[in-house]
Amino acid sequence: MKETDVRQGTLALMVLKTLDVLGPLHGYAIARRIEQISEDLLTVNQGTLYPVLLKLAQEGSVASEWGASENNRKARFYRLTRQGRKQLQAEARSWEQTAAIIERFFAVKAQNLK
Amino acid sequence: MKTLRRLFRQLTSWATSARDEEILQAEIAQHIEMQTAEGLQAGLSPIEARRQALLKFGNAEAIKEIYRDQRGLPFTETLMRDMRHAIRRLRKTPALTGAVILTLALGIGSNTVIFGVIDAILIRPLPYPHAEALVSIWQSAPGLPGVPESIGSSASLYFTYREENRTFEHFGLWSSGGASVTGIAEPEMPRALFVTQGVLDAVGIKPALGRWFSQADDTPGSAETVILTYGYWQRRFAGDTSIIGRTLTIDSRPRMVIGVMPEEFRFQRDPELILPQRFERNQQFLGPFGSLAIARLKPGVTVDQANADVARMSGIWLNAWPPPPGMDRAVFQQARLTSRVLPLKQEVVGDIGPALWVVMGSLALVLLITCANVANLLLVRAEARQQELAIQAALGAGWGRIAREMLMESMTLGMLGGAVGLGLASAALRILVAKGPATLPRLGEIGIDPFVLAFALGVSLLSGALFGVIPVLKYAGPHVATALRGVGRTFSQGRTRHRVRNTLVVVQVALAFVLLVGSGLMIRTFQHLRSVQPGFTRPEEILILHSMIPEAIAKEPELVMRRQNEILDRLAAIPGVSSVGFASAAPLESFLSAAGNPVYAEDKRLAEGQIPAIRQIRRIAPGFFQTMGTRVLAGRDLTWTDLYDKRRVAIVSENLAREWWGDARAALGKRIRESGAADPWREIVGVVENIYDNGVQVKPPEFVYWPALMDRYIWGGENGSAVGTGMFAIRANRTGTESLLAEAQQAIWSVNGRQPVFLVNTLKALYDQSMARTSFTLVMLAIAGGMALMIGIVGIYGVIAYVVSQRTREIGIRTALGAQPAALLRMFVRHGLWLAGVGAALGLVAAAGLTRLMSSLLFGVTALDPVTYAAVTALLVGAAVLVNYLAARRVIAVDPVQAVRAE
Repeated sequence: MKETDVRQGTLALMVLKTLDVLGPLHGYAIARRIEQISEDLLTVNQGTLYPVLLKLAQEGSVASEWGASENNRKARFYRLTRQGRKQLQAEARSWEQTAAIIERFFAVKAQNLK
Repeated sequence: MKTLRRLFRQLTSWATSARDEEILQAEIAQHIEMQTAEGLQAGLSPIEARRQALLKFGNAEAIKEIYRDQRGLPFTETLMRDMRHAIRRLRKTPALTGAVILTLALGIGSNTVIFGVIDAILIRPLPYPHAEALVSIWQSAPGLPGVPESIGSSASLYFTYREENRTFEHFGLWSSGGASVTGIAEPEMPRALFVTQGVLDAVGIKPALGRWFSQADDTPGSAETVILTYGYWQRRFAGDTSIIGRTLTIDSRPRMVIGVMPEEFRFQRDPELILPQRFERNQQFLGPFGSLAIARLKPGVTVDQANADVARMSGIWLNAWPPPPGMDRAVFQQARLTSRVLPLKQEVVGDIGPALWVVMGSLALVLLITCANVANLLLVRAEARQQELAIQAALGAGWGRIAREMLMESMTLGMLGGAVGLGLASAALRILVAKGPATLPRLGEIGIDPFVLAFALGVSLLSGALFGVIPVLKYAGPHVATALRGVGRTFSQGRTRHRVRNTLVVVQVALAFVLLVGSGLMIRTFQHLRSVQPGFTRPEEILILHSMIPEAIAKEPELVMRRQNEILDRLAAIPGVSSVGFASAAPLESFLSAAGNPVYAEDKRLAEGQIPAIRQIRRIAPGFFQTMGTRVLAGRDLTWTDLYDKRRVAIVSENLAREWWGDARAALGKRIRESGAADPWREIVGVVENIYDNGVQVKPPEFVYWPALMDRYIWGGENGSAVGTGMFAIRANRTGTESLLAEAQQAIWSVNGRQPVFLVNTLKALYDQSMARTSFTLVMLAIAGGMALMIGIVGIYGVIAYVVSQRTREIGIRTALGAQPAALLRMFVRHGLWLAGVGAALGLVAAAGLTRLMSSLLFGVTALDPVTYAAVTALLVGAAVLVNYLAARRVIAVDPVQAVRAE
């Protein structure tokens, strides 16, 4: 349970960032983009993206509407809302802090070992 | 914020659940299609491309499941699902479900009705801001025999309290009565509220238009003013806002309209006009006590502190004001006049409180019986499902889950019953408001408000839980799986299986017994009340019309009397009228007349400074007693000659004659007078039957009847005194018809076109009203008792019939072995009777304890009335025998061969 939470959290952040950089996208495009960026390091089932999108929509961070995809198919497009942008900034900041702390932790550990 | 928004979406998600599902489905299909297309571009075969796409996506069903869980709240989701299941199961047995919902609807509905009434009357009786600070102030005179327990206040008290008090934020006096309005259409006499400054300030409701009375309006000599209430303003002036500043002719004097009260303004006796009460300060005496006092306590002041304050002021008052002319100050000292402060709520609620609580209590008992009955029905269902439940348990459903499901079913039943009950309640409340007893205070305010709604919801859930928990405990406890081991119906069942059901039936019978005793006692009370000879006969034939001769038309007493006489002659000439009478007030209208006065008898010596008891005074014209049907026991009625010659004569009631002279005849020729030396002695020429003027359940007051026209009277002027505002009584065979009323009004107006007629009633209506509390309680208790009896009997029938059906095999074997059907029948009837007997015995004990609570409602019987108890026992046992016999008769129909083979 805890693990899913963490992964969902990071996945949500990735979704937000993707939408921030690329503008409105449909679910498949988001999935592809995340795969590309993480260079398949993140072996997530693509499907798990949808519950994350739902959660973000419920929180009001993303909005969705129907549109036409590149090859003119009907697809649901997600876009970042103002609230989503704020959330992204806040979470990016906290993520950077966390990452920095973790990094320093590992650094300390390495020195001690020597 | 974010979390809140999500929670809200989750809570409301069920509304869009079907569509959301579709969208997700489409989205997933779309996603997989895109992935497949990409695979195709990379050169994969269509089948391989699709396989890869599906693999990459992961388990679509699992994703959907996660999605669903996230969409709504898990708890509400399962709740909704359980409820849907419950409804589906309930729909499979429509007859049982219908019966349960109907009984519950009756039980919950009747409780909701009474709660609605109690809520409006007892819990929130005062529609004023911060009503808890409002108090009324009453005087009592323990030193004077015959004075009512609570009497009002005098103008002199008003001045003293107003100037000396330390605990009141606002204080004022009010009284109610009628005020004639002439000059617009028909002359009429709307109900008027007379207030000093401070009354409206105390209740704290601002006028919707215009202003409140100011000090100037109370000051004699300034321009006279009036405030209208919303209803009168709408009725008379169609809500015309230009009314402010207009002048109306009220009691023959011009008065300027200065305000209109808002629609929600309520006051006792439902006034239509509000007039300022003016007291001339330098013309006031200690008495009379014709007004009522209301005050708003200063913030933080308690009723006890206010009581101490008025006690202090009483002393100041007694020495500051002169006694009324002709009365001695000693009278007031001897009276030991004391003031006391009471919460206003107590005054408004009056004596209806105990009746309502008794009714509420009995309806709660009915609800308990209903719950017991429903629990019994559900036990039967649960028993039928026992195997199914055991299998569920064996397949891994926890007992908690099974219990939850069963409880859900009961709660759903409770809610459905409650919903239907609420519908019934709102209809019943509408009828009650339209037809309820006029003695119920604030009748018009009763309705279904959020508070009552919450009550109905609470009762529904509570009863659902109450009757639901019994089958759960019995069949869905941790031992649920053990039922599989038993082989169900093949074996005859042990006694223990029926213990719960038997107990429930015993409880039902006991509760029904209590309720039947309660309604039986009310029936006996009502019988006793009806058998009291009230001092008048066939009240349904007597029409009562109040009327007033304004001073502007006739002021001279003799002229006033001639006018009344003329009206009487015209009324008597109406076809169908057998007799007419005139008096200052009708019987059972004591709320209209003053409290009475001390009456002296010439031959009864009193100690120095001592004053005699207070007696009721009524002034009459010849024919009043004949019209009422009041018998003259000794002497004679008054004659017109007595009146016009202004002879000093009087009539007294029998109880007064007996008290003073031991016998009706002995009173004739004795002389009496009212109040003080200023009044001349008057000779008793007749003694009449007692009239129960305060209602038949109260001892009849002692009456002194003076002529309607007298030469000298303490309350009259130089030229004597005549009754200008009084009551015409008409005995006719057409009473109650519109035509008689129209002809009577016409007769009055043909003598005087500007004479208002008001307070039209029949004596029967007044008589019924005086018993309204008893009849209201009686009807409610009779309904409760009837319902209890019915439900209880259905309960017994159900148990016996069920036991018979369960023991069919045993019966078959017994019959095959030679048992006589009659003996078997007796066996089952005995079982039923035993249950009824135990129930009745327990009920008897409970009733003996509980009916004591209603002794204040009883008249002529004690709470332990043996006749009632015997009758109820006979009724219950008789009904039980009958119903047992009917249920057990099925034993005889059992064919032994069939019964043994059936399993």
